Amino acid sequence: MIRPIATTRSATGIPTGRLAVWWVIASEIVIFGGLLGGYIMHRLGHPDWANQAANTNTWAGAFNTLVLLTSSLAAVLGHQAAEKGDGKKAANFLYLTCVGGLVFLIVKSIEWTTEIRHGMTITSNTFWSFYYTAAGLHGLHVIAGMIIMLFVAADAKKNKELQRVENIGIYWHFVDLVWIFLFPLLYIAK
Amino acid sequence: MSDTAHAAPPPGSAPHDAHGAGHHTNYVKIWAILCGLLVVSVVGPMLEIRVVTMVTAFGIAFVKAYLVATRFMHLNLEKKLVPYMLGTMLALMALMVGAMSPDVMKHEGARWENTAAKESVKRGMLLHPGAHHDEKAGTEHGAAPQH
Repeated sequence: MIRPIATTRSATGIPTGRLAVWWVIASEIVIFGGLLGGYIMHRLGHPDWANQAANTNTWAGAFNTLVLLTSSLAAVLGHQAAEKGDGKKAANFLYLTCVGGLVFLIVKSIEWTTEIRHGMTITSNTFWSFYYTAAGLHGLHVIAGMIIMLFVAADAKKNKELQRVENIGIYWHFVDLVWIFLFPLLYIAK
Repeated sequence: MSDTAHAAPPPGSAPHDAHGAGHHTNYVKIWAILCGLLVVSVVGPMLEIRVVTMVTAFGIAFVKAYLVATRFMHLNLEKKLVPYMLGTMLALMALMVGAMSPDVMKHEGARWENTAAKESVKRGMLLHPGAHHDEKAGTEHGAAPQH
């Protein structure tokens, strides 16, 4: 089978798939950076938001941080297995990463349900607008990562396209990285 | 159709590619350090000392981010192009935030006043002076004020 030109050229010395993931991440930096930068500026200009932030559940946020860190560990162990050519093991680690993502989303949905029931909705205050937008956008990235990961794992299981294990791993670590900053901003700074 | 039609050897690696998880990094150890830092970032702010909160919550977030970027994403092993690319994006973000922050964070200047923002802060402080854990009402969450 002839490989497409786009994947065989290597002007940068970086495999094209991985370079594409880095470009995705570069664009994500602008998306999340703008959002978080906007939040920080408003937060510093609105000391009253501390009253709202006091209502976020720190323990749920901390637990979700632990879950994402653990899922990142699974992703990098999957990458390690793929490097050794063990596709089945890599796939299992990717499935484990997906379980982490699922647990994260379940905790988040419980958290949101509680907050909405207490009247803290996206329209009730600008703090909550930022909260739901930032956490929601991050949640969408978690969902997207899980879906892609399932496809990559299905191939990896058959020892196919193992290089993609690393690529999806890089994306997943970035999602983890975003949460590392969202956690103190939304849950710790009261 | 596959974009790179082979399975092994070294998945995801060009022949000259030093990037990857093949080198000897103890990932479980890195994860344990990250978990330890998470505990510090949760416990530190409980002391309710502003400086300690800033260092433990935000300072540690940067340390955690550094560890994830270098140890899990292997950014330190990647070609220089990638750190430069990501650094440029971060610099542009910093520039944008820096340029906008005086308008957003300040509510008045020499010839202007953001009365809406001032009112908003005032309302927020008045309406919800004790929103921190509505313990008297026996609930964890206070109701959110409208504005």
